[in-house]
Amino acid sequence: MSVKLLFSLLFIFPLLGFLFNGVRFKSKNYKLAGGLATAAVFASFMVAVTLVVKLIGMEEGSRQITAHLFSWIHIGDFVANASFLLDPISAVMILIITGVGTLIHLFSIGYMSHDERPSKYFAYLNLFLFNMMLLVLGDNLLILFVGWEGVGLCSYLLIGFWFSDSEKAAAGMKAFITNRIGDAAFLIGLFIIFFQFGSIEFLTINSLLPTTAEVGWFGPMTLACLFLFIGATGKSAQIPLYVWLPDAMAGPTPVSALIHAATMVTAGVYLIVRLSGLYLLAPNVMMLIAIIGGLTAFFAATIAITQNDIKKILAYSTVSQLGYMFLAVGVGAFVPALFHLMTHAFFKALMFLGSGSVIHAMHEEQDIRKMGGLKKYMPITHFTFLLGWLAIIGVPPLAGFFSKDEILWYTYASPQGSKILWILGVVTAAMTAFYMTRLMALTFWGKSRVAKDVHPHESPVSMLIPLVVLGVLSVIGGWIGIPHVISAVLPGHIPNVLEHWLEPVVKNINLGEISVAAEWGGMLLSITAVAFSATLAYLFYGSSKSEMPNKISTALGPIYKLISGKYFIDELYFGKIINPLIDMSKGLWLYIDVNFIDKITYLAADFAAGCGRGVRDLQNGNIQRYAMYMSIGLIIVLSIILLGS
Amino acid sequence: MFLLSLLIFVPVVYGLMLLFVPKSQVKFTALLFSLSTFILSTRLFREFDPSRADLQLVEKFSWVKAFGINYFVGIDGISFWLVLLTTFLMPITILGSWKAVEKNTRAFHANLMFLQSALIGTFLAFDAILFYVFFEASLIPMYFLIGLWGGPRKIYASVKFFIYTMFGSVFMLLAIITMMIMTQTLDGGGGMSASLLDFYKLDIPFIGGTLINSQTLLFFAFCLAFAIKCPMFPVHTWLPDAHVEAPTAGSVLLAGVMLKMGTYGFLRFVLPMFPEATAYWSWLLMLLAVIGIIYGALVAMVQPDIKKLVAYSSVSHMGYVILGLFTLNEFGVTGGLYQMLNHGVSTGALFLLVGMVYERTHNREISKYGGLAKAAPWFTICFMIITLSSIAVPMTNGFIGEFLILLGAFQANSYLAGAAVLGVVLGATYMLWMVKRVFFGSTGELVEKYNSKLEMNWREGAVIAPLIILVFWMGLLPNHFLNWSKASLEHLLQNKNNYTLSYVTESTPSINGKKMIALKDKAVK
Repeated sequence: MSVKLLFSLLFIFPLLGFLFNGVRFKSKNYKLAGGLATAAVFASFMVAVTLVVKLIGMEEGSRQITAHLFSWIHIGDFVANASFLLDPISAVMILIITGVGTLIHLFSIGYMSHDERPSKYFAYLNLFLFNMMLLVLGDNLLILFVGWEGVGLCSYLLIGFWFSDSEKAAAGMKAFITNRIGDAAFLIGLFIIFFQFGSIEFLTINSLLPTTAEVGWFGPMTLACLFLFIGATGKSAQIPLYVWLPDAMAGPTPVSALIHAATMVTAGVYLIVRLSGLYLLAPNVMMLIAIIGGLTAFFAATIAITQNDIKKILAYSTVSQLGYMFLAVGVGAFVPALFHLMTHAFFKALMFLGSGSVIHAMHEEQDIRKMGGLKKYMPITHFTFLLGWLAIIGVPPLAGFFSKDEILWYTYASPQGSKILWILGVVTAAMTAFYMTRLMALTFWGKSRVAKDVHPHESPVSMLIPLVVLGVLSVIGGWIGIPHVISAVLPGHIPNVLEHWLEPVVKNINLGEISVAAEWGGMLLSITAVAFSATLAYLFYGSSKSEMPNKISTALGPIYKLISGKYFIDELYFGKIINPLIDMSKGLWLYIDVNFIDKITYLAADFAAGCGRGVRDLQNGNIQRYAMYMSIGLIIVLSIILLGS
Repeated sequence: MFLLSLLIFVPVVYGLMLLFVPKSQVKFTALLFSLSTFILSTRLFREFDPSRADLQLVEKFSWVKAFGINYFVGIDGISFWLVLLTTFLMPITILGSWKAVEKNTRAFHANLMFLQSALIGTFLAFDAILFYVFFEASLIPMYFLIGLWGGPRKIYASVKFFIYTMFGSVFMLLAIITMMIMTQTLDGGGGMSASLLDFYKLDIPFIGGTLINSQTLLFFAFCLAFAIKCPMFPVHTWLPDAHVEAPTAGSVLLAGVMLKMGTYGFLRFVLPMFPEATAYWSWLLMLLAVIGIIYGALVAMVQPDIKKLVAYSSVSHMGYVILGLFTLNEFGVTGGLYQMLNHGVSTGALFLLVGMVYERTHNREISKYGGLAKAAPWFTICFMIITLSSIAVPMTNGFIGEFLILLGAFQANSYLAGAAVLGVVLGATYMLWMVKRVFFGSTGELVEKYNSKLEMNWREGAVIAPLIILVFWMGLLPNHFLNWSKASLEHLLQNKNNYTLSYVTESTPSINGKKMIALKDKAVK
């Protein structure tokens, strides 16, 4: 089959799914809607596999498939075509997107079975996948941007899916507008790139990259990278634009798994990996990215410790893990960033779906203080969730261990890295272990605190299959990226498949001379830290109810309040930016529009009318008056003549 | 075949005929009439040659010989789509106000026809006086539309609208007369001419940095007239009142087409006739445009009335158009022209949609709505799509225009572009906030009261469907539209400083465009 056809099919399946379900959005037949939507994504997955197989069959170093569908915008020198590029980076991405996407669609059938509008839900979900593929497959920045905004739109629609609840609708709106701030910056970055390179196609940009890195903050590459990064902070929920993601949990849980954990929020990481050559020329921006990523990872983890809503914990955990990915790209570890993106997609999607299974079983209860002991009611959910837990806290040899460890190692050893950021990363890893263990313990273990009228039950098979598959992936997913230092001691020398696969298109920063001992030392240290804090959390929240957590939180007093209040960032934004802006706008309307500009026009009109009135009185038809005017005029004229002569 | 004259005058004849049609059949007849005009206008696709940058389908007859005033109409890539936009919106408008207008339907529809005639005439006139006549004539039917079929404050709004725009036009008339006098020196001291083609040939003295020189004064005289029409900050305050009081049909045509008379004027008169002044003062116009974008968006955000919100959003959107035109580069000007059409489609559709709800509830206060999405899901889908177009989401028409304008603005002045990009955020804010309050959340009192009546009917679906198709068509395949304007715009930009426009008459074979005009012009004089 021709490549063009394959690319078209990739998009056509979810688009048809969207149209089909969209037109009959009132239908309550969740099996038909969900079945078709799942089939559409699965078909796309199969096409993606076909394409990737084709790619693998090509010669190493020239693995590239391009397809030009149609000419979109062509004005002067500006060309943006509907053209697509499959290379090792986008290959990884589409497999994740369509693969995990299929599983989440399948899960959704069961999850949305009681909903009023399942068709609408699946239509949006298909539309999301369509846009997400545009984002990762576009061969230029503008097609990427189309997908970028498109996924934002779907996210908006799905967060506000239950729009009758004003708060949920507000959460959707917040997500869209916050993302729009990033998008505006993205556009500026795109403009800079266009006027710098005369093109927005990735391949052209890469071929025209200058050879020396920029110093300072105001070079064109630096500014372009900076603005694109601001765009990424919006989409990928980094400081200062992360505030929308926790609220985004208002949407159905599978949406959180797909959009707000596995795929869309990683778009920012993808963007930077895609432009890694450009970013390497802007070391200042790289440093900024690493700092923002490290801080986001750290602060989000602190908030996650104090939350009680199962989805909120996972949401802050996602923000924190995305922080790791940005830390990685910031220190030049592009491959580990993509690696962590992938493993995170597996285990975080797993945990979100698991939480969905729990919430489904608990009749929409999300507070983990009201759970406990669910292990015996839902053994499969528990077991798969357990795998996710082990993966995210970084227990070897599960997926998260390898990816997170490599990020930490690069943070330590890279010329762009720093020891402080490394410490921040290790502490965050320990905190991750703590809050995730707390989540496990309070939800699944210990005594049941479930309300009497709630009868938890295991979810149906269609919901369990995705859990199992993702559970397996969370275990073995990391094995494609085993670092050299470990594979050197393992029998059979397992190669780092991922690094090798990406090598022709993305290269990590050069670490220079590396110390094997330091790498092992760092690894052991982080494992120890994780083991310690996981044990601590188990002791606090495990089988026997400990008083320690309460004691600590009381002892910390205001600090605890600050953290559990999420640092009051939302309040800050509303109090200092949004509300003043609204007040100002009201002021503009009232004082500038109504009372200033309009008043001036009235004055002008009054002036004209006044003149008219003045002149009107002159001609009132009174003959005597006219005679008088004439005599006055005559006197004036005569006196002028007389005086002049 | 006098296609252009037919397009201008057939609606007048229709309008007069409508006055004698039985009352019960007025709407239907008017719809048929407007459809026939639209079909007639699609002849342009066959008659107009997009590969040529010159003036086409010219008709020229002497009108006032002593002053060189002619009935002179023609079409080029700049006016092409604006004419089609006008004829396209007309049947939609008539079908859209099917139920809204019950009194004096004959006069109402006749007024719409007269208005259409004046609008098309404005876009086709190539004689300055003729242009001025159409430009002003369009005020009269609009004045009646607002004043007779408007809301509670209709008299205030219509008078304000009329005087505001008249005020600007007076300066334009003065400028036109001045330029006519100037043309006497052309071609070795012939007579006066009001032809735009002669205006283009004028070399008007310009001194940078001072206000009192002919080109600068003429530049500002035209700018004032067109800025008021657009409207541009700070002379925009007639617009919200006019829109709020106007009937739906009036709002659609006002926003959809009439505002473009201003931006069209910039493109037709200001840019080519006063190149030095334009280049020198473009920063001012761009600055005001950016202020307008942000200001309009901020004020739109806090409006309690849906229609007023849409009206202020027009101020913001027209700011984009002006910003694009005064970037003076290909991206910006193309984007500006495209955004004129986009605004016609999306804001026209928004006014139609707001009108549909208003017809049912007779209330437009945002706070009294809520939960409309549940009561009227199809209506909500349509509204959402138009909203996306209005906030320029990719794959809709709005995105192409806004993107090109910002790209052009970035090339012209990156700081102003940086400020204008804020409009992208604010635009999403005011629209989505309104959508949230009107469509989502718990059921509001009006939605409660009219619950089952709120869903749109088939007629309304037919009104909005063509606009929705255009939203995606223009967003996905912009070249289908831009190719018709490309040659003219390129010609304008490449000859910024000595712009001329030539034409070939249909009857004579085109041997050499330029010589032909010289001959032709002489002959007319």
